[in-house]
Amino acid sequence: MKLIIIAGPPSCGKTAVVKQIIKNKGNSQQIAYLKIDVTRAFEDEELKQEFGIPTKKVYSGDLCPDHASVMVMKDAIEWAGEERADILIVESAGLCLRCSPYTTQSLGIVVTSAVNGINTPLKMAPMIALADMAVVTRIDLVSQAEKEVFRERIKEVNEDIDIIETNAVQGTGMRYLLRAIEECPDIHDPDKINLRGAPPLGVCTICIGKTDIGWQKHFGVIRKLDGADYLYRGD
Amino acid sequence: MNSEMIEEITVLSGKNRSGEPENFDEIIIRPGDTLSIVGPTGSGKSAFITDIEIFARNDTATGRTILVNGEHPPEDYIRDPAKKPVALITQNTKCLADLKVHEFLEMHIKSRRIAETELTGKTIDLANEFTGEKIHPDVKMTALSGGQTRSLMVADAITISDTPLILLDEVENAGIFKDRVIETLKEYNKALIFVTHDPMVSLMSDRRIVMKNGGVSGVLEPNGREDEALLKVIELDRIMCRMREQIRAGEMICGQVFT
Repeated sequence: MKLIIIAGPPSCGKTAVVKQIIKNKGNSQQIAYLKIDVTRAFEDEELKQEFGIPTKKVYSGDLCPDHASVMVMKDAIEWAGEERADILIVESAGLCLRCSPYTTQSLGIVVTSAVNGINTPLKMAPMIALADMAVVTRIDLVSQAEKEVFRERIKEVNEDIDIIETNAVQGTGMRYLLRAIEECPDIHDPDKINLRGAPPLGVCTICIGKTDIGWQKHFGVIRKLDGADYLYRGD
Repeated sequence: MNSEMIEEITVLSGKNRSGEPENFDEIIIRPGDTLSIVGPTGSGKSAFITDIEIFARNDTATGRTILVNGEHPPEDYIRDPAKKPVALITQNTKCLADLKVHEFLEMHIKSRRIAETELTGKTIDLANEFTGEKIHPDVKMTALSGGQTRSLMVADAITISDTPLILLDEVENAGIFKDRVIETLKEYNKALIFVTHDPMVSLMSDRRIVMKNGGVSGVLEPNGREDEALLKVIELDRIMCRMREQIRAGEMICGQVFT
């Protein structure tokens, strides 16, 4: 079974990309789909209805979606195995733009929309830096010059990333994504799958429910307005 | 991209929405050629140029295949925009980049790894030939009017992208000097494909591809037989332009207009 992990900001076209994969691969391969989201998601029902494939969703709720995905991924692989899936597609919420849910033994795909603004690739850097492929959607809405500049921004974050430009609703340009899926090796040892990068720092006083504003009221990982570095530091 | 490398681009026929074969075997496009694509809204005009833009390989809804110099193009042509021999100027007349004009052009020049230092100014100067509203290098891209954006994108395709084939989707809609654009593009020996509803743009093209129900229903090659109509339409266009400017300037239009 192949594992495909798809991440990207909300409403960037992740599900449209998933639909194209199912449309093109669904006849010859059994596909299972898992959606990880925070509070609400509808894609699993939509895909089950449209394609009749096994789908599931899990709400991360109070957990960061990346943490939730690490927790449930092994169960999901077992479930997809029981469904006799050749491909398991995991679509992550990607809400905080710090998410980077790709694991080893998978094809990591980041989806981003060409209309999101020229600096978006820099803003969602972790999600791009650890992905194998970037799918740029809504490419029909921008000019040649904008395409090139957007592409350059993605390359700034990840020089080696494979970029695919598509109008995902029409399915243009998908042939290279489909080829990458074909070339992606199967999972060889589910017990040895790891998250590729470090997830966002885990527990702080806000995570455990202390809601007072002001760093003076907190301990552990804190931050002041001035003099703060790029990364959170322990106090 | 060196225009010399592209001798011809070939469109191999596909099928229309009813699944019937299109009414042509192949259409060959060479540098300096001008083609217009005409037909009612929804007849498949934009899909035709999209097939060319993405180098379809019997993998789009139309089933067409695009060859470069008689062969399937190398993957770089399709996947690396900086190597792509085709630039598409879309119907969108808004640029999304929140940058100043000169910053945007400089970023594009950088992404193409071009060393020429005066290219930004050259591009803006050329764009200003296509539009009546002058573009200033320090204005934001998002603040440009539709006509200014289009002018700049056409100029960018000529000077920076420098692609041998330029596709223009309804260039007439944006308030730019379309005759000036066509003349300039011909001067640079670009192959041009216009999706158009405009009689003048259509008649100025060497060939006319007629679309119907998602497929090509015919290819017309007037070979001078439409010269009389072209002269008339140029004259009418001149009158229309003059009247437009007068109306914009708040004037009344009385007396003889057909002079």
